[in-house]
Amino acid sequence: MKLLKYFSLFLVAVVTSCSSDSEDLKPVNETEGLLKIQTIENETHQAELYSESGSLETGYNKLVLRLKDKSTNEFVQDAEIEWNPMMHMESKQHSAPKSEVSKISATNTLFEGYIVFQMPENETEFWQLTLNYSLDGSDYNMEDNISVPASEKRKVAVFEGADNVKYILALVEPTTPEIATNDISAALFIMENMLSFPVANDYKILIDPRMPGMGNHSSPNNVPLTQSGAGDLYEGKLNLTMSGYWKINLQVENPEGEVVKGEMIEGTTEASSIYFELEF
Amino acid sequence: MKKITIILILYSFFGNDLDAQEKEIDTTNYIPMKEVIVIGDKRAVSQKAVKSLATVDESLESSMKLSMVKRGAYAWEPIINGMATERTVITIDGMRIFSACTDKMDPVTSYVEISNLSEASISSGQEGTEYGATIGGAVNMELHKTGFTESGWNIGLSSGLESNGEQKIAGAKLDYAEDSFFLNTNFMYRDAENYYAGENQEVLYSQFTKYNFSAVSGFRLSEHQNLQGSLIYDKATDVGYPALPMDVSSAEALITSLKYEHHKPINYIDHWETKIYFNTIEHIMDDSQRPNVPIRMDMPGWSDTYGFYSKINTSLNRHKIKVNLNSFYNKSLAEMTMFPNDPNEKEMFMFTWPDVRTFYTGIFLEDQIRLKDHLHLNFSGSLGSHTNTVESQSGLQSLRIFYPEMTEKNHRLLAGASSKLQIQKNNFSYTLGTGYGERAPSVSEGYGFYLFNSFDGFDYIGKPDLENEKSLEFNTAVSFTKKRWNVKASGSYFHITNYILGKPDANISPMTIGANGVKIYEQLEYATLYNTDFSINFLIDQHWNFNGKIIYNYGKDHNNKNLPLVRPFTYYSALQFQKGFFSAKASVEGALKQSDYSQEFGENETPAYAVVNLSASQILYLNQQKMTIKVGAENLFDTYYSTFSDWNNIPRRGRNLFVNLNYVIF
Repeated sequence: MKLLKYFSLFLVAVVTSCSSDSEDLKPVNETEGLLKIQTIENETHQAELYSESGSLETGYNKLVLRLKDKSTNEFVQDAEIEWNPMMHMESKQHSAPKSEVSKISATNTLFEGYIVFQMPENETEFWQLTLNYSLDGSDYNMEDNISVPASEKRKVAVFEGADNVKYILALVEPTTPEIATNDISAALFIMENMLSFPVANDYKILIDPRMPGMGNHSSPNNVPLTQSGAGDLYEGKLNLTMSGYWKINLQVENPEGEVVKGEMIEGTTEASSIYFELEF
Repeated sequence: MKKITIILILYSFFGNDLDAQEKEIDTTNYIPMKEVIVIGDKRAVSQKAVKSLATVDESLESSMKLSMVKRGAYAWEPIINGMATERTVITIDGMRIFSACTDKMDPVTSYVEISNLSEASISSGQEGTEYGATIGGAVNMELHKTGFTESGWNIGLSSGLESNGEQKIAGAKLDYAEDSFFLNTNFMYRDAENYYAGENQEVLYSQFTKYNFSAVSGFRLSEHQNLQGSLIYDKATDVGYPALPMDVSSAEALITSLKYEHHKPINYIDHWETKIYFNTIEHIMDDSQRPNVPIRMDMPGWSDTYGFYSKINTSLNRHKIKVNLNSFYNKSLAEMTMFPNDPNEKEMFMFTWPDVRTFYTGIFLEDQIRLKDHLHLNFSGSLGSHTNTVESQSGLQSLRIFYPEMTEKNHRLLAGASSKLQIQKNNFSYTLGTGYGERAPSVSEGYGFYLFNSFDGFDYIGKPDLENEKSLEFNTAVSFTKKRWNVKASGSYFHITNYILGKPDANISPMTIGANGVKIYEQLEYATLYNTDFSINFLIDQHWNFNGKIIYNYGKDHNNKNLPLVRPFTYYSALQFQKGFFSAKASVEGALKQSDYSQEFGENETPAYAVVNLSASQILYLNQQKMTIKVGAENLFDTYYSTFSDWNNIPRRGRNLFVNLNYVIF
């Protein structure tokens, strides 16, 4: 009898201590290593935006998001999230190239995606981010202004090609360049209209890295950027022979092999009309 | 490949050694040896040379096998058999030492002073492999030491003045020697302004200032054993290089060693010597003195070498045997920082020598066999293991831009062998020799990253997996010696496969602003080099002596195109007078027009020239203290000239009047 009492006490203890509260079982902070940019909220939820740098800027921004239920104070683990950046200009409004928001599978509460801001804010014009999400059968939304200043060094090129198509080309990697053969990757989009910016597929991006402060010399054995599959990033090899300020001159070639924008560096042409900048 | 005995008859200021009788050249013990340039005897270093305070390079220039590449007034690169640094081994007392400058502005000879040295021995071709693998040959500069004599205290002062470039020289030495201990210390200071070429043309940026301190000491441990240590500290500041767009703000070297000697350690060994050594060089280039540069840059370089050798000499029956086991570890690192004209831009940095470590261990064996009294046969062989490692990760990544598959480490085996036959008959001596050797690419040839060569205006990139250069050599010499005559003619032929040379690559953009392009070190299928020389030495009578020599080199690659830096027809002759404490010398040196030059390397035709030099010297005794005065005029007629080896045709000195004073206090 005594044994049964102790045994049931033990059982109760075990059962109550083994609650399915995820927060107790996972004390690890999933956003470790990331810095918070800001929060956006509505009555029911609060969204937290994170990135490695902790701030937004023009160009390619890799973002991490998590959603907290205000009533339970717990982070949402499953939701369908959609985001929409909008630039409020004086005369018009337009969106920006963006990815889908998807769950980071190795985590419980984090979602990720990217947004390419093609221009910076100023005194009169600003960016706003809208989140539309549904969970447990209900739809919600929230929005807030976000701060997008110009990046210190140019990381995005916005241009109209010789084919009268509007493009956005953003540098993704390298974020920490080295004196070495660097993996370079970029994202290329077509502006179909104010709201739609699909990925441009099957193009080729030629690079000619130069150091304008040193006789505009180049480096050898660079590999142009190409896609491995539709919708993917463009990848190539960028050789940097020394540290300092580099201008990565660009030329964009369409699937037919015609250059739609950008010039070769020769003769009196010292730089292309489209370029990225790196300084390290 | 030559082992020739040349006993250079220089002045003895005691006037006693070469006496009033007929002077004859000793022919009985005519054993082939290296060409030895005696700079000073054991007692009085600076008295033997014509100009006692000449620089090391000026003394070495009297050799037949050696010529010098000049890049200004200060430091000259020795060339043996028409081959330069990468193909030669330069040692100080058997210690390997490597330059710290990617542009070859600091050859090893720039870190020693003539007062540090007693002699320089020059070995041609494969006979120079005692301290490392070589193709052209080797120069070993031996440090001066009194040794375990009873000469007691010896204190001397020297000073000199040269009109051209206002060179001021001051030095002091302090020696003490007794049976069980000796100490030789020496200090030298040189300071010069810009020098003037013929016709009063100032050569800008040719100034230099240099301090040198050296000390050698020995302790006798027992009758047959002793321990010796040496130290050289050399510092040069504000050194100009007229042939280059940059100068040197500081070049500093520390050279140290510790040696153990044992005479007759065991029955069959005559002499055993083991030395450990360390040297470190820091060489800093900058262009802050130049008014107009496209971009300011700092280029420091460092070279540290740790090494040892252990060698045995012995004579058994008719064999004279030498075995030398040696090893060294060198670290070579050089970088470049450029300061953009836009102050908001970040400075630019790269490695030019990516921290390359070289580890070499080798063994050398030589046997001089006296088959008969007039028939000698020499054999030598060497085998070494050579490893290069790129230590800097950033440096390795930068070279991988050119060679993605390149490995961090690279290992080679280097082998060499030579043999020589010498026959003496009547008053003639004939030698015939042959040899085979290999050498590894140098740090610049294997791992250089955008090294600017101002001779041809190209940036050079190294190639890590270059194969060993291999050389097959033949040499022959005939000499006649009788009473007052000595006449000699010699020739050597080198067939070098995998000859390493930079070749232009039009697809790569140069980095140095204003450069003509980029060259990558490649290998030619083969190159051939011929060297011939002829010399006469005639003792006219007890007071007068005449000597003359002519030298001609010829070099072509496998496409029959001229190789660079090949000496044209050069001649030298001197008339010397000596009586008692007075001696005088008049000499003419010159060359014919250099018409075989390599345009690809940036050479152009160098016109013919002839230069006349005069000097005289007198020994005086003041209160039993000996004073030696030397005066002279170099380039008496103020001829404007440059030689085939002067970078960018920088002219050599015009008329230079000099006076040297040597005063022995004690």
